[in-house]
This record gives sequence, C-alpha cells and structure tokens, in this order.
Amino acid sequence: MNGILLQLFQDTLVVLVAPILLGWVNQCRAWLQNRSGAGVLQPYRVLIKLFHKDAVLANNASPLFRSTPYILFSSMWLAAALVPVIATDLPLSPAVDVIALVGIFAVARAFISLAAMDIGTSFGSLGARREMLVGFLAEPALLMVFFTASVISHSTSLVTIVETLAHKQFMLYPSLAFAAVAFVMVLLAENARVPVDNPSTHLELTMIHEAMILEYSARHLALIEWAGAIKLLAYITIGIALFVPWGIAEAGDWGALPLALVALFLKLMAAGAGLALLETLSAKLRIFRVPEFLGTAFLLAVLAMLVHYLLGV
Amino acid sequence: MTTPNLPIDIALGVIIYWLLLAVAGLLLQNSRAISQWIFPAGAAGALVLAVSALSSLGGAINVAVLPLGLPDLPFHLRLDSLSAFFLLLLGAASIGISLYSAGYFRHMEGGSLGLLCFEYHIFLAAMALVFLADDAYLFMVAWESMALSSYFLVTTDHNIPETRRAGFLYLLIAHVGAVAILMSFGVMQGGHGDYTFSTMRNAHLTEFWASVTFLLALFGFGAKAGILPLHVWLPEAHPAAPSPVSAMMSGIMLKTAIYGILRVSFDLLGMPLWWWGVLALSLGLATALYGVLFAAVQTDMKRLLAYSSIENIGIILVGIGLGLVFHALNKDALAALALTATLYHALNHSFMKGLLFLGTGSVLHATGERDMGKLGGLIHSMPKLALLVLVGALALAGLPPLNGFMSEWLLLQAFLLSPDLPLPYLNMLVPIAAAALVLAAALAGYVMVKFYGVIFLGQPRMEKTAKAHDIGAWELLGMGWLALGCLLLGLFPVFVIFNLDHVTLMLVGKTLGSTAAQTGWLLLTPIQPERASYSPLVLLVIIVIGVLFTLFVVKKFYHGRLRRGPAWDCGFPAQTARMQDTAEGFGQPIRQIFEQVLGVIREVPSPYDKKPHYHGETRDLFWDLIYLPIAWVAERISALIGKLQQGRIPIYLLYSFVTLIALLAFVR
Repeated sequence: MNGILLQLFQDTLVVLVAPILLGWVNQCRAWLQNRSGAGVLQPYRVLIKLFHKDAVLANNASPLFRSTPYILFSSMWLAAALVPVIATDLPLSPAVDVIALVGIFAVARAFISLAAMDIGTSFGSLGARREMLVGFLAEPALLMVFFTASVISHSTSLVTIVETLAHKQFMLYPSLAFAAVAFVMVLLAENARVPVDNPSTHLELTMIHEAMILEYSARHLALIEWAGAIKLLAYITIGIALFVPWGIAEAGDWGALPLALVALFLKLMAAGAGLALLETLSAKLRIFRVPEFLGTAFLLAVLAMLVHYLLGV
Repeated sequence: MTTPNLPIDIALGVIIYWLLLAVAGLLLQNSRAISQWIFPAGAAGALVLAVSALSSLGGAINVAVLPLGLPDLPFHLRLDSLSAFFLLLLGAASIGISLYSAGYFRHMEGGSLGLLCFEYHIFLAAMALVFLADDAYLFMVAWESMALSSYFLVTTDHNIPETRRAGFLYLLIAHVGAVAILMSFGVMQGGHGDYTFSTMRNAHLTEFWASVTFLLALFGFGAKAGILPLHVWLPEAHPAAPSPVSAMMSGIMLKTAIYGILRVSFDLLGMPLWWWGVLALSLGLATALYGVLFAAVQTDMKRLLAYSSIENIGIILVGIGLGLVFHALNKDALAALALTATLYHALNHSFMKGLLFLGTGSVLHATGERDMGKLGGLIHSMPKLALLVLVGALALAGLPPLNGFMSEWLLLQAFLLSPDLPLPYLNMLVPIAAAALVLAAALAGYVMVKFYGVIFLGQPRMEKTAKAHDIGAWELLGMGWLALGCLLLGLFPVFVIFNLDHVTLMLVGKTLGSTAAQTGWLLLTPIQPERASYSPLVLLVIIVIGVLFTLFVVKKFYHGRLRRGPAWDCGFPAQTARMQDTAEGFGQPIRQIFEQVLGVIREVPSPYDKKPHYHGETRDLFWDLIYLPIAWVAERISALIGKLQQGRIPIYLLYSFVTLIALLAFVR
C-alpha cells in the first residue's frame, strides 16, 4: 500500500517538477550568458500559452500524427516514473528493467520520427533522419552504460543497481567514471542539447528535434514540449541514480524520505547548473561530427565495461 | 485415448494432404477455384499441424519407418520436441501466408496459378519432411525437394531476365550448401555405412572429426540461412519471388537451416567444443551488422527486408553460438537461456518478417512499384494495411512491448550472465559482442523507421499511390493472424517459454520456464527477480492508461478547437512531394558514416550536363572479393577443359581408347 502511494507521489512529482527543471537550466544559462533570464517558471507559462491556442493540423495529417503526442507524453512519463529518485520500493519497477527502459525511449523516438515524416515536408523528414542517426548511436551507448552498472551489481533491475551502488564505498571507480562521461554525452545528444542540437534554434540547417515538431501546434506541441522536459528529468535522475545514489530512501525506510527529497532537490539543482555550464562552454557541432561525438561515447561505455573486467571493480 | 504415435501420424497426414492439394491445384487450372478453395484448405492443414505440434511438444518421442524409397533403405521419421517446435513454427506462420495467398493470387492466370499452387504445397510438405526426417537419406531428399520447389517459386516471373539470374544464383548456392551438408552427414556416420540419425548420435567421433562435421554443417546450412559470406542470394531471390513466397522463404525456409544447425550441433554431435560457439558467435555478429547496414541503404523495399532477414539470422546465430559456448563449458542453465532466446527469436522472426513481406506484396499489387522512393502516403489510401505493417515494423525494430524486443531482451540477459564463464579471455570478449549486437539492434530501428516512413507516410509521390485500393478480406485475415501473433508472442512471454522448455530440456537438459514464472505469469524473471524482470503486459497497460488519462485531461480542460490548413514547413510556400526524403536520402547518413564498408558507387552530374543523370549504388563487397574471383577461376578451368571437346567422333573414340589402355595398365 505504502509503495503504491509512493509510486503515485513520484508520478505526480516528476510531471510537475520537469518544466521547472527545464526553467532552471534555462535560467542558469541566462545567468552564465549575462542575461537576466525569464525565471524558472517560464516553461509553465509557455505550456499555458500553448494550451490556450487553437490547434492547427496540416491537411494531410494522419491519425498517427495526432496520436503521437499522447504516446510520447505517456511513455516519457512512464520512464520518469520508473527511476528510483527518492525511494527504492516502487511497485512498478519490476515490470521494466534498464533494457526495457532503453526500449521505452526507443519507442518514443520511433513515434516522433514517424510523425515527423507524416506530413511529408522537407524539414520533417530531414529531422526524422537526423534523429534516427543520433538515436542509433546513442541507444547502444546508453545500453552499454547500463550494462557496466549491471555487471557491477549483477542485475539489470534499476532498483537493485541503485541499492548496490548506494552501498559502495565513496571512492572513484574507474569503470563508473568512464561510464559517467559516456552517459553525459548521451544525455546531451538524446535531449537535443548543445553540442548535438540547439533547443532554441530554428535555423533550418542545424535543427534536429525542432525540425521534427515544426508542424505541431497548440495542445499537441504543449504535450511534446512537456514530454521533452520529462525526458530531460528522467535522464538526469537516471544519472543521479547510477552515479550519485547516496541519500536515497531504501525500502521501508520512511524516516529517510524527507531527507531524500532534499537530497534530490539539491542534486537536480546542481545537475541543471552543470548542464547549463556545459552548454554554454561548448559550441554546436556540425551534423556530421555528431557520429564521432556519439561514437566516442559508445567506445567510452564499452571501455568502461572492459575496465571493469580488467580491474575487477 | 491418445495412441503414442498420434502426433507423427497427424504430421504425416498433413503432409499427404498438402501433396494432394498440390496435385489438385495442378489439375484444376482455374484461378478462382484455386485461390478460393485450395489455399484456404492449405491454411486449414497448417492449423491442424500447428495445433498437433504444440500439443506434442514435450510428449514422447514418435518414430516411424516408411517402406518407401530405395530397396533396403526405408525412410526413418522421428518427431521429438525440436522437430515439434519447428513444425509449430511452420504451421503457425504458414496459416497466415496461405490465407493471404488466397487473396493475393486471385487475379493470376489459371494455368500458371495451378503450377504455382503445386510448387507452393510441395514446398510446404518438403519443409515439414525436413523437420521429421530421421536419416540422412530422407533428409537430403526433403531438403532438395524444398530447394527445387522454392527455386521454381522464385522464378515464377521467369520472363524477366533478373528473375532468372536470381533463381540461378539461389539454386547454385543452395547446391553448394547441400553438398557440404551431405559431406557432413558422411563424416558423422563414422564409417558404419548406416545413415540413420540414431547411428550418428551413437558414433563417438574424435574431436577433430566432430569439428570437421560441425564446420561442414555450419557451411552447408549457412548457405541456406544466408550467413556471411553466403548471403548474396537472399537480396536477389527475395525481390524476384512473389511476395507470399518471399514471406515463406524468409519466414520459414531460413529456419530449416537453423533447425539443421541445432540438430547437428546439439543433438547429433553430442558434446560441442567451446570454440564452435565462438565461431558461430562471431559469424553471427558479422552477419547481423552487415545485414542491417545494407538494409539501411536499400531503396527497393523487398531487398531491404531481405537484408533485414540476414540481420535476424545473424542474431539467431549469435544465440546459437552463445548456447554452444555455455553448453560446452557445462553452464547448462545459461545455455538453456541462450537457446530459449534463439528459438524465441526464430519464431518471432517468422511472424514479423512474414507480415512485412506480405505487406510489401499488397503495396506492390496496389501500386506496381517496389522502389520506395516512388511510393509514399499510403497510410491515407490503405489505412488497414498501414496499421498491420506498423505492427510488424515496430516489432522488427525491436520495440517493447512487441515480440522482437522480447527475444532480444532474453538474448541480452544471456550475454550479461557470461561473466560467470571460466575462460578468462572469453568472458571479456562477450561484452564486446553484446555491444555489437546492441548496435545492430539499434540500427534495425533506423531501418524500420525508414521502411515505414518512406512507404506509408508523407505525401504520395505518384498519382496511382494516392488512389491505391486497400487490402481485401483474405489479405486482412492472413496479415491479421501474423500481426496478432507478433502482439501475443510479445505480451505473454512466460507461456511461450514454458513451451520452449521442452526443446531446451532435450538439447541441453535444463529448462527456464519454472524460473521464469517464479513470481507468477505476469512477470518474466529469467534468473532471479532481483536480477532481472520484465513484464510487457504491465508496460503496455501503463502506457495505454497514460494515453487515456492524458487524453481525458486534455479533453476536459482544453477548448478543443481544431483547424485544418496547409502544412507550414517554416513558411516555405512551394512544397512538393519530391522534397521529402526518398529512401536514398534517408539512408544517406549511414552511407556517409560507413562508406568504407559499403562500397558506394556514385555518378553525380556536372552543372553543365545537358541531360543530368544521377546514379547511386551500394555494392556488396563480397561480390568483388569472393564471388567474382571464384567465377573467374571456374570459367578459366572450364575453358581449359573445353579444349578437350572437339566435337569430332574419332577424337572421342581416341579418348575412350586411351582411357581403356590406362585402366588396363593400372588394374592389371
């Protein structure tokens, strides 16, 4: 019963916090670029604006196009709900392990790419092609990061991984260090951040994610934007769960919950600020440098696994 | 009530029934009667076979001896769990394909349809006999009937030169493979002169001869399965054949080779050596990566699917390799896991690929076009077909909760357990192999988005695509069956694994089912619950609830105003259908990244060309590296031998005379 309550609490939390996290990243970026910024609640204002608008659909939009925002939102929500962020006893988590989690991200990617091709505009298919290019390189890299954590903890269940890693001594594990670098690179690529993509661009030649959602408007666009924010939150919480799991409340330990919430809050703030710093310091890559960037991530992740075998840690 | 030999009697009955249908088709010569009666009747036979095979999984081993064939050389038949599983695969997949054929071939001219119906049912019966054969003699007879009947099916459109060439290539490689299989049986019987499989099981070969047998079998069956470098016939033969035949060949016939490899390496040879597994694993990985890379750059939709079949055979071979390694090192529980994944993937692939090939058949019928770059927008004119193909495409892309993901998940679990292996370097190689496998699986997603997006989405690129007619009732029924299979195999893994248990019990002596269901049928836990668990049904239900909830909230609080208008496209006004990505455009990133592997040939017009001509092609490197040199050598040798043939009788008499003298000199 408590587990179900906790699960519902987390489900609500991730949906509501995600836009604020996005706002925080944008705010940090504004500060770093010497601008005053629009405040952490700006994504919410954008969502409210979009939800007030009339939806415009292209004449030849198919049912696939109309249902994609809902599928995207729902699958990202599921992904974020599965990551143990504040406590480790989530009743849903046995249903989906890390491989299936990567599968859920892949489902979302396949649907948004198909929807982008549905209208049949030049930008839509260009965006879809680039998104799949990023995807086919980022997905194996992400899986290899997970596999490294899996062979360390002898499990592909996210909860077991987090519990094992949280009990490790506080020291530098070379395999996890490699994996962490690879993970950050994948995070940047998968969430359409600089240097792979620029979330604030509408310059034709450089966009990936934005090119795919050009034809969406109003409620559909709002759902997609919101799903994007949840995806960013999911990735950051996965990173937290794998690499800095300390402070999480373990099964049955209710007293630790408030502390876990505070810890999560601080970690998210730090991760958001770090992301903004990374984005400010790097420049956007040419699209054909992206495979090199992601190939590096993939190799680093494989290296992480090999290091684990060689050193045994 | 049940007599012990009932399952094999039913299987034999279905085979005879199919043979009768074949003859009936030949005699009828009436396209309406054949399509409306014979093909559905064939599907009914397939259903009986599938049900009987399913119920005989894990039953007693059935044997039968038929007094046919040569004197003193009767046919031995045997139905064990491995045969039963593959008969189930054959029956279950061919139900859908036969039903579909009833609609697909209805416009074909009566005489040629009669012939096709004859070959089609002979093909079915031959494949069933391959799975039942218990001696090398019957096995080869069935194997060759299968190869010949499928050759005639491939060359149905024999007035097209490419089709004849494709058929020749297929026949050639099939026979090279058959020779290797025959030799492998020859080695395996160990000089007893008795070619039954039971003798082979008891012939204890030395490690050397066992390895020779394994290598010959891998080569021979690999030629049928399309393992690198013997894969070149697949992308030629599949596009040439009518779509239901492609579906049958890719979905079922390739699995006969998988059956052969499993039969030889796990059953007939007894204990495998670990390096066999490593060899199969590496070949499988190379095949998977090569297949999927080439699939990504294809422009012909059936060639794309053929390369995707090569990829999937690679994945299956990886599973076999892993199973062999585990089995050889006495980790039989892990071997059972790897083999379960292998068999599961074989079953899944026959459903997914059957569905997609049938889908291309309907597209071809409606538009007459195989080039993806000329299709597009079919989701509007053929919505039913679009939905069914979407299921197949998502399954083949390995996305949860469908079946393709399920078997890949099991295979990855097997990989993650390999650290327990006792060989130091091997356990380090395995994670790298897992990385390569994951890369292939991710690329499969790329391929399927390209396949579906270019054919079904966007604006129609031709007039006739916009007016295409959707599929009829028979097609809907056949494809619906296969799509349902993709869904159910994905959603209820525990039940599937319980049935696969009988096969792994027979091959390696361990099972997975009771472990997999230790926390109930809803949750699949291949080892321990804390180690890994997955529940596709829960995943699907949650996503559906999420979609409904979101829809409900949006409906409740949103004003719901919606307008239709022209596409925006960043305000660019002159949008035409030709500005969308074609198949070539969509594959361009892959071509650019993997240019070294793909052998890209491109002719780009200069700006001053009066008649600009663009030509792009990706060549299979194995043609230039292996096949053309071999063909060159063969031609040279034939030319030399040809000098003996003068066409004059005195010369030939002289040859006979010299031969006689030589023989007398030696034999004396």
